[in-house]
Amino acid sequence: MESTTPTGAPAVDPAHDASSDAASAEFDAVIAADGRIEPRDAMPDAYRKTLVRQMSQHANSEIIGMQPEGNWITRAPSLMRKAILMAKVQDEAGHGLYLYSAAETLGTSRAEMTDALLAGTARYSSIFNYPTPTWADMGAIGWLVDGAAIVNQVPLCRCSYGPYARAMVRICKEESFHQRQGFEILLTLSRGTAAQHEMAQDAVNRWYAPSLMMFGPPDADSSHSAQSMAWKIKRFSNDELRQRFVDMLVPQAEALGLTLPDEGLRWNEQRGHYDYGELDWAEFKAVLRGEGQCNAQRLTHRRRAHEDGAWVRAAASAYAAKQAAKDDARQEVSAA
Amino acid sequence: MTEQAVTQQAANGPATGTTSSPSSAVDRRDIAEYALRLGDDALVLAQRMGEWVSHAPELEEDVALTNIGLDLLGQARALLGYAGSLTGRTEDELAYFRSDLEFRCAHLMCLPRGDFAATIGRMLVVAAYQWELYERLSESADETLAGIAKKAVKEVAYHLEHARMWTLRLGDGTDESHRRIQVAIDDLWPLVDELFRTDDLEQRLATAGIAVDSSALRGPFDAVIDPILAEATLTRPDVPAAAGGGRHGRPSEHLGHLLAEMQVLARQFPGASW
Ligand SMILES: [Fe+2]
Ligand SMILES: [Fe+2]
Repeated sequence: MESTTPTGAPAVDPAHDASSDAASAEFDAVIAADGRIEPRDAMPDAYRKTLVRQMSQHANSEIIGMQPEGNWITRAPSLMRKAILMAKVQDEAGHGLYLYSAAETLGTSRAEMTDALLAGTARYSSIFNYPTPTWADMGAIGWLVDGAAIVNQVPLCRCSYGPYARAMVRICKEESFHQRQGFEILLTLSRGTAAQHEMAQDAVNRWYAPSLMMFGPPDADSSHSAQSMAWKIKRFSNDELRQRFVDMLVPQAEALGLTLPDEGLRWNEQRGHYDYGELDWAEFKAVLRGEGQCNAQRLTHRRRAHEDGAWVRAAASAYAAKQAAKDDARQEVSAA
Repeated sequence: MTEQAVTQQAANGPATGTTSSPSSAVDRRDIAEYALRLGDDALVLAQRMGEWVSHAPELEEDVALTNIGLDLLGQARALLGYAGSLTGRTEDELAYFRSDLEFRCAHLMCLPRGDFAATIGRMLVVAAYQWELYERLSESADETLAGIAKKAVKEVAYHLEHARMWTLRLGDGTDESHRRIQVAIDDLWPLVDELFRTDDLEQRLATAGIAVDSSALRGPFDAVIDPILAEATLTRPDVPAAAGGGRHGRPSEHLGHLLAEMQVLARQFPGASW
């Protein structure tokens, strides 16, 4: 309940932005010493804005990300898989909650972040605009999407902003469960009937390139990266993280008995890394622009859930207000 | 259930309770049938809770409803696993390859999820019923049933508290929420009576100290529910009880639709493992 949940968000004290020289020097010193910035510390406005943008986008992704997997909860093919999938989607809701709380420490309320998401002015990870037509997509999302999320997020555990770094430590533990579960779904399918194997391969074919693009545009075209690296919000470049991910996938795909759909994929002895093929950045941009298969569907779903729940939230507020009034009345009586 | 526990249970197969040795005078098929009734209630309701995921009125409630769904699914797996161990079937064979005529759940569990008020109203009634049931079943002479009930009673105590709090908020919240929760209670009330009907099979097992006599639970149930309805400023409906029949192969019309969705993939690939 936005109105009743204690969020622990402290009000932002305007004196605490790093506008004065002394405050700004202190901020720089903490960053230089690899220390942690905490909510009440002075920080440049742009640092605060960058973090709110990144953290709310991250939280939004967790919440929108519940939809493609929620799509299979009622149809999971065994009770064990149903339980694992429900627990996973529940974890993602929990991640959204931690991240909204962590972002609130920067002075933006969850209600504001929710409104921005619903209005379409705040982003969420574009990966969730792809559909989940088959059960194997539950495996491919776990293996590739949660896998890419881990590679992205492990360095964030050392992010300069304390609340974000701490949220990431907790979240990364759960994400690695998710990745193993996804791997296991694919392994079972790959070793199952011919039709199951084909279903697994088809899902990997569809999710491989989009998961590589989760790391963002190539370093040469990335607008936010340099400043975020200087602030130690980001520790590695998009291309470095993508390379780390590809190097991790290749042996795992072999273990799965599945093929990664990339003709450019080969070991490069000189670099000590796998080379990989060109990614279709035009498609990435098209999905970002709203031309993916599910962009409109995902937002409409979220808006509808929010609107359908409005009367419930109103009831909880009204009830809380009535209870508070009763408590006040009782105190007056006992004081009299 | 933790991920580890889920996987562990899967590896071990259903909870078979090897130490359990019901008295030889008791027909194992009776126990299997009884476990199916309770297990099907939990499974169908878990499926309804699963329908809520990503649709809840707020994120905290998405987490809570999924939690309750997971508890119910865990109960269902334990109970179906036990029923299956007595009749040579797996939990998944029972869940995915029986028709609606072979399910044994009460009609109340099958009602469509409806709005949030309908979900809370049903949760209140079911949790109050299951709490009384599992509290007593945890003393069962059948060790497996007793073990399942001991775990379940703690879980449904939380479900009941969650439903109670929301019933108060909705009943004594706004005019709109009051109207909706009253409609929800009115709509489900004809199906409440079925939960408290007993039959020969249950009586045979109750006599052996294995099952709980459902008809004995109505008084304690009313004693829990009536004060909650009163505090929530809701009226207890006075309506005829529906005929029911869910425990005896006369399923709710809604069940076939629920199973069509739940079973579709498993039935598309019979014999496959997942
Ligand atoms: Fe997550
Ligand atoms: Fe995840």
